[in-house]
This record gives sequence, C-alpha cells and structure tokens, in this order.
Amino acid sequence: MFRRQAGRYVATFAVDEVRVLRKVASEVVGLLTDGFDHTDPVVGRLFPDVYPDDSAGAAEFRRYTEGDLKTAKIDQAGAILAALPDEAGGEVHLDAEAAEAWLRALNDARLAMGVRLEIKDGTDLGEELDDAVAADPTSSRVFQLSVYAYLGYLQESLLNALID
Amino acid sequence: MGGMAAPQVAPVETPDTDEVPVSDRQWVTIVWDDPVNLMTYVTWVFQKLFGYSREKAEKLMLDVHHKGRAVVSTGARERMEHDASQLHAYGLWATVDRS
Repeated sequence: MFRRQAGRYVATFAVDEVRVLRKVASEVVGLLTDGFDHTDPVVGRLFPDVYPDDSAGAAEFRRYTEGDLKTAKIDQAGAILAALPDEAGGEVHLDAEAAEAWLRALNDARLAMGVRLEIKDGTDLGEELDDAVAADPTSSRVFQLSVYAYLGYLQESLLNALID
Repeated sequence: MGGMAAPQVAPVETPDTDEVPVSDRQWVTIVWDDPVNLMTYVTWVFQKLFGYSREKAEKLMLDVHHKGRAVVSTGARERMEHDASQLHAYGLWATVDRS
C-alpha cells in the first residue's frame, strides 16, 4: 500500500500484484482502443451521456470531447504500466502528477470491473466474495471480486498518502 | 458597484442588460451517485477541480451519496460542459441541465 516518502508516493508490490495491475491497466487500454464499443455498458459508464434527455445534444458533446477524454484515460492507464516493475515485484515511486494519474486510472479500472461484477449500492463485497467462493472457489468471479477489492484498498491508500 | 453615483438622467438608449441572452442563462453540472466511487475520492475530486473547501466538498459528496445527486457547479452552458467533461476524466458520473 502507498506511503509518502520524501515528497513521493511509494508502494512495494509483490510479483502477483504487479501482474494483476498490469493486466487490469492493459484491459482498460484495450477497452479504450481496439475494443471500443459504445454499446458496451462499461464504455457507457466511463463516457456518460452529458444530456440524458437530449440525445442530439449528448451526441454533439461526445463528438467534441470524446477523443480527448479517451486519450486522457489511455494516458492515465499508461501511467500505471509505465511505473510498474517489469517482470518482478518491487517498489513503485510516483511524483504528484503520476500519483494523480494512478488515482484516476485505478478509479477507471474499478468502474469497469464494478459494471461487469454488477456492483450495486449496498453491495457487501465480503458477502459477495463468500457467496462466490461457496459456489465455486476457482471461478473467475472469485478472482475478479478479489481484484476489485484490492484496487479499492490501493486507491484509498494512495488517496490518503496524497491528502496527508 | 463601488462608489459610482447613479446617473441622474437615464440615457435615451439604454441597452437592456437585464435581459440575459438564452445562451448565457444558468446551467448546472450535476453529479450522480454510483456504487463504485469511494466517498473520499469524490470529496477529493470536488476540492481538486472546483477549489472547494474540504467542508463544502464533503457536504456535496454526502448530498450525492444520500440524495442520489448534487449540483456541483452553476454557470454558462459551455462552462458546465467543460466541468462535466473534467468530472468524466476523474470517473464521476456528471450531466448538464438547465438550472
């Protein structure tokens, strides 16, 4: 988890954590590039309609802003990939700008996973995880829920380090 | 207006400054509740983007959380579209509407 150290934000990641973060950030990039699809509810959540009752207005806004927003989101996911150690565990050191990019990118990844996992208001992650383990401990849902929870802790620790 | 005396006699042709053009009418940026964003993160984004005090940002975040939505900024339409776009970059669910 992140801590502040001499004006930088530092965390030590095990090799498994590096792999998970790399996978998650790459999936966000994939979603925003080759896999970009307006009918995907994840894209709908990352690029909300600014005028829900005015589809023409919303489409016009989208035409002017979507390219920049997409680039910003790809760049922030890229900030995670750029800072991670290659094929091993290790320390990550972020300056303030990179830390903010990580925060936004971790949030995008959590939003994407939240849509796929159907996280609702009042969803108890612990209960969801228990249910998923009871149904099938080797399922992808167990893994995805664990990653989702992990990203939340990581985001919160980085935020706390930034605010301190 | 600081210290200026009002003219005694109104000019013959007074521009009707009270009539705000349609394009400058007040619009609002609304942030909606969602089940994923962390409360601390939402508060931080409001402080960061709008320069709000921690107290104001926290109140807005709690409004979003408890009431399902909150107006986070008010102004000209283009300005609100800019704010919404910035909020989208941070992953908040923002829309624009007439006030």
